[in-house]
Amino acid sequence: MYVAVKGGEAAIANAHRLLADRRRGDRSLPSITIEQVVEQLGLAVDRIMAEASVYDRSLAALAVRQARGDMIEAIFILRAYRTTLPRFGYSEPIDTAGMLVERRVSATYKDLPGGQLLGPTFDYTHRLLDPSLIGDEPVAAPAMKEPGEQAMRVSDILDGEGLIEGDGQMPGGHVAGDLTREPMEFPMPRDLRLQALARGDEGFLLALAYSTQRGYGRTHPFVGEVRIGEVEVELDLPELGFAVSLGTIRVTECQMVNQFKGSAKQPPQFTRGYGLVFGQSERKAMSMSLVDRALRTDEFSEDIVAPAQDQEFVISHADNVQATGFVEHLKLPHYVDFQAELDLVRRMRRDHEAARAGQANGMKEAAE
Amino acid sequence: MGTQSQIYAGAFADPVFAAQSVFRTLMDSFARPGTIGRLSTQSSPPSPLGNASGAVALTLCDQDTAVWLSPALAKSAVSQWIAFHTGACVTEAKDEARFAFFEKGAAVPGFDQFALGTQEYPDRSTTLVVEVEALTGGQPLVARGPGIKTEIVVAPKGLPDVFLDFWTANRAIFPRGIDLVLTAEDSVLCLPRTTKLERE
Amino acid sequence: MNDLATYNFAYLDEQTKRMIRRAILKAIAIPGYQVPFASREMPMPYGWGTGGVQVTASILGPDDVLKVIDQGADDTTNAVSIRAFFQKVANVAVTTKTVEATIIQTRHRIPEEPLKEGQTLVYQVPIPEPLRFLEPRETETRKMHALEEYGLMHVKLYEDISRNGHIATTYAYPVKVEGRYVMDPSPTPKFDNPKMHMSEALQLFGAGREKRIYAVPPFTEVVSLDFEDHPFEIQTFEKPCALCGAENVYLDEVVLDDRGGRMFVCSDTDHCEDRRAHGHAGSMLASTQHQRKEPAE
Repeated sequence: MYVAVKGGEAAIANAHRLLADRRRGDRSLPSITIEQVVEQLGLAVDRIMAEASVYDRSLAALAVRQARGDMIEAIFILRAYRTTLPRFGYSEPIDTAGMLVERRVSATYKDLPGGQLLGPTFDYTHRLLDPSLIGDEPVAAPAMKEPGEQAMRVSDILDGEGLIEGDGQMPGGHVAGDLTREPMEFPMPRDLRLQALARGDEGFLLALAYSTQRGYGRTHPFVGEVRIGEVEVELDLPELGFAVSLGTIRVTECQMVNQFKGSAKQPPQFTRGYGLVFGQSERKAMSMSLVDRALRTDEFSEDIVAPAQDQEFVISHADNVQATGFVEHLKLPHYVDFQAELDLVRRMRRDHEAARAGQANGMKEAAE
Repeated sequence: MGTQSQIYAGAFADPVFAAQSVFRTLMDSFARPGTIGRLSTQSSPPSPLGNASGAVALTLCDQDTAVWLSPALAKSAVSQWIAFHTGACVTEAKDEARFAFFEKGAAVPGFDQFALGTQEYPDRSTTLVVEVEALTGGQPLVARGPGIKTEIVVAPKGLPDVFLDFWTANRAIFPRGIDLVLTAEDSVLCLPRTTKLERE
Repeated sequence: MNDLATYNFAYLDEQTKRMIRRAILKAIAIPGYQVPFASREMPMPYGWGTGGVQVTASILGPDDVLKVIDQGADDTTNAVSIRAFFQKVANVAVTTKTVEATIIQTRHRIPEEPLKEGQTLVYQVPIPEPLRFLEPRETETRKMHALEEYGLMHVKLYEDISRNGHIATTYAYPVKVEGRYVMDPSPTPKFDNPKMHMSEALQLFGAGREKRIYAVPPFTEVVSLDFEDHPFEIQTFEKPCALCGAENVYLDEVVLDDRGGRMFVCSDTDHCEDRRAHGHAGSMLASTQHQRKEPAE
């Protein structure tokens, strides 16, 4: 029996009602509060803020709760909110040298001014499930030095010796671009590439970074430094004639130091890969810095031989909101196109069978 | 220099819907070159910028569009009016302007002094907004091209004599080229770079 | 947090609308050329019509009557969802009738009813670059358009012919606009290509994820690429629509049972309903009406 598919509206409304039910789950359990998400799933909140490009812990927590814990969905919800926000201005570049560091490690020096500071890291934990976390046992207060201290950047140490390239040299008068406000264009300057990477999917960048380590575009990297902590955000107000502080944000910065043999233009020196993300995410910042370095082929006259070095490939596919939308759109109806293909395959099949029958007849005749 | 009141007044009373309505008239006029579109919403910019030209500026210009003004407009309160109401910065470099405005009777320089776009990005070209005496009653020209079923006669009054030569040269470098909005009183007539014009 | 979540008329902020409006005017001035624009994140996923939605939101006014179709039908879930979005954020009048609409947003079809002056057809486009599957690099395809170097496309189509005896592209069939730009008509079946040629309506194309807007003004030449010895042909159907009896329309195949039973019905639901309202009937109409009553009996 044929019944035309009608009532799309009712179906959608019912589906969303079911979604709300599943989101809430068992009503006999208390629902999670936004504050609980912010406090206890802080790294999930950080990732959402980073990839949505919105620094707001409560909104990120709301998004992840609304998304039932689906990170990309939460990033998507927060981005769709961000896009409607008016622009009041552009902040001054943050100064990570002035960061109040909570974690700061370097792989290139055993000890250095400011020291190695492990901070709240999973490193050196044994990944054993901890039954004590099933309940709500009391947690000891942390043992810390004076909260937040400034530490000089490792790259500045190398820079003092002139052994590393300068930091982010852009032509004079260069205004940092914003790829959420201007159309993308290739080749893309490094500032926009870094923005794309900072918003890019953590998993995608991780895989690309990993591929450079396995020989697909090697960069000979050392972690010059990873630092996590609070930095001040300042806005320049022309009316006042000076910058005012808007508050502090927590960021993770990675300066990767890479070997470089030198070229016709440049002497042998170390080069940089840079990573900076909202919140605490070393994995993302390190991946970003590896990919950033890999993408700088034109600056060092390197040949593009691997995916991680190919900026059109990397930048065009790093955005998980774009990627998930287009992959998942395949579940939308395509029956008009499919009908056209069905018709074509049937026609080609008929031609094919006619040709085979013709051949068979031909052979039969030849045999007779 | 205009008085403060000239600069702060004269924008759309209802910016969201006025801009939508003016844009639709512009869109339809660009899609149907040669037809005359009446703007349902007015602006009252400082003299010598015409009302329709002012409405075009309020609808399309903002922080992202550098605007070039004819010498007379640049000297008037118009430049502050545009800056205040749209946020657009006024530029002296014709080839950096996304929009260029001319008051009635202003001398129009060769179109090739403005941004013409590149072969790769022909959209990066200036749109000229030129006020004329009237959109009818001038020398009749036959227009052909996309948006026109067969042909249509346009006869804007008050265009410089060299206009047709300028336009023909502009047409010849397609896909590059400027686009033109002619205004008079409360109406517009749009000529995208694809329109071919000939004397009748 | 609640008071933060307010939205402008038609969702987009005015600055975004201006940016898109400027892109639309340039697109109209250069028919078939893809104008890059700073596509915004929309509250629906990329690939689900964000380009079309941004174009519609930027042109839409309070006097418009909006129709949204997907696969030719007004009642497919994504069409329902996009229509509901504009009702919510712009309080716009909506219709399913092609003749009543001033703006029609579409995915994958052009309505059967010829469009008229004053109507605007907004296409949702997934991959705007017709050369993309021949050359994945934007930097390369941009050069090819700049130089009007379309040989690669002809080679591809000709390879089809040499392999299959005919061109094996059935949808998103490339066209040349006004003798200059090769353009992707979006994944409409090639059956719809001739409707684009010298259409009275303005046709706008929005690709949100790929950040491109392009246009075909009314009365503009749109020619499907072909060869002298292999002229362009559209699909034909052996039978008329089983519900309304329409011929020379695009049909969907509906599977009736698991024994190979099939019927073919109009993909354009409004066209089909309109014909039935005017007394046209196809071979299956009586039986389906009869069957629909059955469960109640």
